[in-house]
Amino acid sequence: MQWETVIGLEVHVQLATQSKIFSGASTAYGAEPNTQACAVDLGLPGVLPVLNENAVAMAVRFGLAIDAEIPEISVFDRKNYFYPDLPKGYQTSQMGQPIVGAGEVEITLEDSSTHTVRIHHAHLEEDAGKSVHENFHSQTGIDLNRAGTPLLEIVSEPDMRSPKEASAYVRALHTLVTYLGISDGNMNEGSMRCDVNVSVRPKGQESFGTRAEVKNVNSFRFIERAIEVEVERQIDLLEDGGTVVQETRLFDPDRDETRSMRTKEEANDYRYFPCPDLLPLMLDQAYVDHQRTLLPELPAEKRQRFKEVLGLSSYDAAVLTATRAMAEYFEQVHTRCSDAKLAANWVQGELSGRLNKENLDITQSPVSAEQLGDLLLRLKDDTINGKAAKQVFAELWSRTFETADEVIEAKGLKQVTDTAAIEAVVDQVIADNPIQVTQYKDAEPDKRGKMIGFFVGQAMKASKGTANPQQVNQLLKQKLDALL
Amino acid sequence: MAIEHADVLRAAHLARLGIDDADATRYVGDLSRILEMVDALQGVDTEGVAPLAHPLDATQPLRADEAIEPDRREAFQACAPSVSQGYYLVPRVVE
Repeated sequence: MQWETVIGLEVHVQLATQSKIFSGASTAYGAEPNTQACAVDLGLPGVLPVLNENAVAMAVRFGLAIDAEIPEISVFDRKNYFYPDLPKGYQTSQMGQPIVGAGEVEITLEDSSTHTVRIHHAHLEEDAGKSVHENFHSQTGIDLNRAGTPLLEIVSEPDMRSPKEASAYVRALHTLVTYLGISDGNMNEGSMRCDVNVSVRPKGQESFGTRAEVKNVNSFRFIERAIEVEVERQIDLLEDGGTVVQETRLFDPDRDETRSMRTKEEANDYRYFPCPDLLPLMLDQAYVDHQRTLLPELPAEKRQRFKEVLGLSSYDAAVLTATRAMAEYFEQVHTRCSDAKLAANWVQGELSGRLNKENLDITQSPVSAEQLGDLLLRLKDDTINGKAAKQVFAELWSRTFETADEVIEAKGLKQVTDTAAIEAVVDQVIADNPIQVTQYKDAEPDKRGKMIGFFVGQAMKASKGTANPQQVNQLLKQKLDALL
Repeated sequence: MAIEHADVLRAAHLARLGIDDADATRYVGDLSRILEMVDALQGVDTEGVAPLAHPLDATQPLRADEAIEPDRREAFQACAPSVSQGYYLVPRVVE
C-alpha cells in the first residue's frame, strides 16, 4: 500500500527578552543554578505576575510577519500539571484566546519549489525549569533559572507531507524569528524546540490517521530523522494489522528510534482555566500599527530585492538571505564595493568556505564586511588581480594587517599594468622557453589557445603574480603569433 | 449535576490530594450539592454574551523589560527541604 505522511509542528521559540515573562529575573543563559529564579518564578505565596511588555511586542511582531490577525483581547490560562521543574503546579499559557491568530509561512524546498504552511495560532507562555538527573545520587536536581522564560509556541496546521517539508518549515521559522530579532534561534541552548505530530494514511484517503506526538526534536538534523523513524514505525505497525495509539513519544537520537513516554496518568487532563492573577491583555489598533512600523525587512522581501534591484540569481539571493547576519554582511560588502555580483561571489565563495572550514559563524568572521568590501574595491579598480586578492584575503583572515591597502602595499601586490614592464617579462619568457615556442608554432591552430596557458603561467610567476593576466595573455598571443 | 465516587478520586489524584475512601464518599455528597448550586446559573440566558475572562473590568498592565531582581538564592533555599550545589533536590524523577 502507498502511504502518505501528515505532519504538524508545535515550535517553542524562546523570546530574546532581558527579563522573564512575568518577573524581573534575568533570562541570561548559563548562570549558576537558581541564581535567576525569583519569588514569582518559584511560585512563592503572595506573589503577583506582571506581564513583560517586550514579550508582548515580540509576539505581535511575529504575528504581523506571518500576516496573522492580532486579536484585540487575549487571555492567559493556567495549564495544570505536577512536575518538579514547575514549582507553581501550573504553567501560565494561553488556550482559547491566544495573542496571535491564524497566519501563513512560506517554505522553500531544495528544488526551489515553494509551499505555504498555515499557522493555526501562536501563543505566549512561560518555560519550565530544568531537571538534572545525572549528578545526584538517587535524586534529581532542579534548576529554575529557565522557569518563567517567555516562549512563543507556534502551532502549525497539519500541512506538511514529508520530513524535508517539516525541516524546511522549521528553517523558515528560524530565519523569520532571527530576522525579527525576537529570538537568538540558538538550538543548542534550547532557544527553539519542536514537538512533531506525525500520522500516516493510505494515499488518497481524506481523513487523517491517528497521530503520535514526538518530543525532544531539537536540531534541524533530528527533525527529519525523528519523522522518518516514526513514519516507518507507524507503517510497520499498520501493515502488521496493528493500530497507532495516540500518545507522546520521545526521539532517542543515539538509538535512532522513538519510544513511548508511558505515564501512569490517564489521558492528559490539564484542567485549563483563565488565570485569575492576570487580566485580559488588550492591544488596540494603534499599538498593532506601531509594532508594524518596527518590523525589519523580512527574508522574502529581501530575497525579492536582491533579485530585482541588485540583479542576483534566485540561488544567490536565497543563500545570502538565509540568515539576517549573512544578509547584513553581504549588504555592507556591497555598499563598500558597489558590485553586487562580486560581493555575492566572495561572500559565498572565499568567505563562506573559510568559515565552514574553521566552523565559524559569519558573526565571528575575522575579516569584517568593511575589510572585504575595501579589498573587492581594489580588485574592481584593477589595483590587484584575482590571485593577489585571495592572498590579501588570507592576510586579513590571519589578522596580520588591518586593511587591504596595507597588505597590498607591504606585500607589493599592486598589479603591473604598465605595458612596457609586462612586455619585458613576456619577451623574457619567450626567450627562456625555445622548446615550447617551437611546439606552439608546430601545433594545430585550434590547439594553440590552450598551449598559451603555459606561457601565461611562466609570465605570472616571473612577475610574482602582479602582472595583469589579461594583458599578459594578449601580449603573448601577439608575440607568439608574430613568430609563426 | 451529580458526580460519582470515581470522579472525586480522579480529581483528588489530579490535584495530588491524599484522601481516603470515607472522605471521598462524603465529598461526593458535598461536591454534588455545590455543583447543583452552580447549576442554577445554567438557567440564565447568556445568548450573545461573551464569556468573561476576569471579574475585574480592567486590562493587563505591562512591565518594562528590565532584569532587576537580585539573586536571593541563599534566602530561598534556606527553607527548601534539600539542596545541593545550588540545585533544589527532589526524589529521583525518571523519564
